[in-house]
Amino acid sequence: MRLRFVKRSEINKKSGLAIRGTAILLALLATTLFIAFLKLNPLSVYISMLDGSFGSAYRVKETIIKTVPLVITSLGIAVAFKMQFWNIGGEGQIAMGAFMASFVALRMPELPKPLLLALMIAAGMVGGGLWALLPAFFKARWGTNETIVTLMMNYIALKYVTYLQYGPWRDPKALGFPKIPNFSDNAILPNLFGVHIGWVFALILTAAMFIFMNHSKKGYEIAVLGESEHTARYAGINIRNTIIVSLLISGGLCGLTGMIQASAVANTLSYEVSGGIGYTAIITTWLSGLSAPFIILTSFLFSILIQGGSFIQTSFGIPQSAAQIIQGIILFFVLGSEFFTRYRLVVRKGES
Amino acid sequence: MENYISMRNISKSFGKVVANRNINLTVKKGEIHALLGENGAGKSTLMNMLSGVYTPDSGSIFVKEKEVRFASPKDAIDQGIGMIYQHFKLVENMTAAENIVLGRRTGLFAGRKALNREIGEISRRFGLDIDPGKKVYDMSVGERQTLEILKVLYRGADILILDEPTAVLTPQETSKLFDIMRRMKEEGHAVIFITHKMNEVMEVSDRITVLRKGETVGTVDKAETNPKLLTEMMVGRPVDLSIRRVKVPKGRKLLEVKSVNAVNQYGGPVLKSVSFELFAGEILGVAGVAGSGQKELCESIAGLYPIKQGEVLFENESLIGLSPSAIIKKGVSFSFVPEDRLGMGLVASMGMVDNIVLKQYQSQRGLFIDRRPAVEKSRQIIESLDINTPGIHHPVRQLSGGNIQKVLLGRELDSNPHLLITAYPVRGLDINTCYTIYDLLNREKEKGVGVLFVAEDLDVLIELSDRIMVMYNGEIAGIYDAEKCTKEMLGLLMTGNKLEGTEGLQ
Repeated sequence: MRLRFVKRSEINKKSGLAIRGTAILLALLATTLFIAFLKLNPLSVYISMLDGSFGSAYRVKETIIKTVPLVITSLGIAVAFKMQFWNIGGEGQIAMGAFMASFVALRMPELPKPLLLALMIAAGMVGGGLWALLPAFFKARWGTNETIVTLMMNYIALKYVTYLQYGPWRDPKALGFPKIPNFSDNAILPNLFGVHIGWVFALILTAAMFIFMNHSKKGYEIAVLGESEHTARYAGINIRNTIIVSLLISGGLCGLTGMIQASAVANTLSYEVSGGIGYTAIITTWLSGLSAPFIILTSFLFSILIQGGSFIQTSFGIPQSAAQIIQGIILFFVLGSEFFTRYRLVVRKGES
Repeated sequence: MENYISMRNISKSFGKVVANRNINLTVKKGEIHALLGENGAGKSTLMNMLSGVYTPDSGSIFVKEKEVRFASPKDAIDQGIGMIYQHFKLVENMTAAENIVLGRRTGLFAGRKALNREIGEISRRFGLDIDPGKKVYDMSVGERQTLEILKVLYRGADILILDEPTAVLTPQETSKLFDIMRRMKEEGHAVIFITHKMNEVMEVSDRITVLRKGETVGTVDKAETNPKLLTEMMVGRPVDLSIRRVKVPKGRKLLEVKSVNAVNQYGGPVLKSVSFELFAGEILGVAGVAGSGQKELCESIAGLYPIKQGEVLFENESLIGLSPSAIIKKGVSFSFVPEDRLGMGLVASMGMVDNIVLKQYQSQRGLFIDRRPAVEKSRQIIESLDINTPGIHHPVRQLSGGNIQKVLLGRELDSNPHLLITAYPVRGLDINTCYTIYDLLNREKEKGVGVLFVAEDLDVLIELSDRIMVMYNGEIAGIYDAEKCTKEMLGLLMTGNKLEGTEGLQ
């Protein structure tokens, strides 16, 4: 007997769903084994994860608060990915967006609330957008690899914010604790139905992105350019302009996430502002198939995983790493299923 | 005569696609056996099983009356089967001799003298002309192919499979190759020759096996058949093989290219003062060995390749320095059907509608795209060109080569261009589609369109074109009246030879 991987020509929706469904079942099975290995009752752990995500109004709110930045960042990353520009720099763009928004918030704390928030949003988007534009410029001009450049610029951005936090922006009233002063009340996003208004932004932006990608000229040009630069030139698409626009949108949305996190969640700037969202969003974006409505779904499911994962740490007294292993197992199977949507396993009987 | 190869009831599927179904093939010692069939008929799959690349799903292979099972190409070579692929597998910066011993257990430095002697011996025996010390990057396509042949002969092959070997060769190189094949036959080797060119089959082969849609249609002796019968076997019904040349009075001057120069990314010249004129209602054929500047010429007219010097006048307006979008905005009515259909002309993952939008959306107003006209146009083109597709939104990548080309041509012709530039429009297409495309080009010509037709098949160029421009090494080696051209003459020009006393032909 021999096993071989054979490339699939094309996959229909039904078997695609079947593969992904199987992956989730297998993931549950593997996680169950792992939890049993920890001498816990798997079923109660699962229930507890859901309980941690939805068990109370507060927990539902927390889950939504975790979903919002993932959605907005994923939308941004999707624009770049559609152009096959591998923007791994969400973290840095979030940090720079948060930095620019914080600069406005800390410099002009007494401005009227709507004006101050509008300025912060604009500053955040400019910060993130410019941070994404730089690698795009390098790529367009000298053909540098955007994966490496965006990734490394994450470290620059995060270290820069760390420097601010420990150095020039450090709050003198914090008794030597390295922290940046809190924003004024005017610089904090208001709540709507108990959750900060970022969720409204996320919904509006998803709809806008759907229209942009599917019905606008620029969205179409981005898709063509992503498929083939030769075709784009052949069709008379202005390549430089398209790269700039799409990366400004991509980085701008990441920057907006930074502004929202700093303003509504942390009420200040810190080097933890991005908290891995920029990386997690790469996964949610990819799993959504770069489709805006599906981004909401994948981001929400991921938030349950994160929120539920941290809840079981406290309720079962298991270490953080164990909760992370559970997340990792689930991810492993879900991402692994992507392989099987492209290849299938053929068993050949008889002599080798 | 002894049977060297016998393949019996061979079947092979890839997923749901059946590439070979119960195929039978027998090749005798000392014969040249042509394997004839259209693209996708299963020729390459069958040969890949014979050379150990694939294993058959069912059926058996006998080599010299002994049943064999190949697990890898090495097993096949051990049985004396050598395959020469279309894409050569040579290491560019090694010499001929180094390539020959590469991968052999003898080692690179062991017995160089003996090696050279052996190479010399094989060369003499088969009439191969190879300098063992020459680096591959200095070799012409013909020399590389000879080296590939030498390589498998050195490894002891007495059954050679040549996969469309003439596709890349000039007529002169082709006849040299045929001489080599005949020598191998005299030495008692068996040669399997994959092709879809009828005249080559008739020239060199002894017996012919025809495949169609993965099945054996039959094996015939050359003496008992003719091109017409073979084509019928291949296509499955009678086909008219003649290309008509439409007579259209010469129209006004459409395109004037004046001493155009262009360089590649390393600064080397790719077009050297190229000048020609193209008139309405004519097909100007462009002949040349692949990479002689045809692609750069087409692209530089279309504004896709930077021109260093010179002038391009279209309907007396200069196109130099204009980007494709500026050319489109100017309303200059020409269409370019590039060689790379999916990589340049179309967006592979998009459907017909989105591919037709590609040429429409820029003239629409506003920020958004209206796809309705493209939907309608798609339906029209499907109707008029008889395109076979599951739906107008089905990714064009998944269509057959012929349908892909029809989508592209349909879109380009839809804009009623005055000038049509086509590069290798029938490459990889089956015979029927080829003739459909020739007809389309003729129809455009009758409408008064000027056609620049880059092609590789010299027979077709001579039959279809009004004039033929030969390119060699980025230069124009000459422009001739197609009716006075012969293949031999074009072949000489394509390889840089000068003709004498040909002024009258121009």
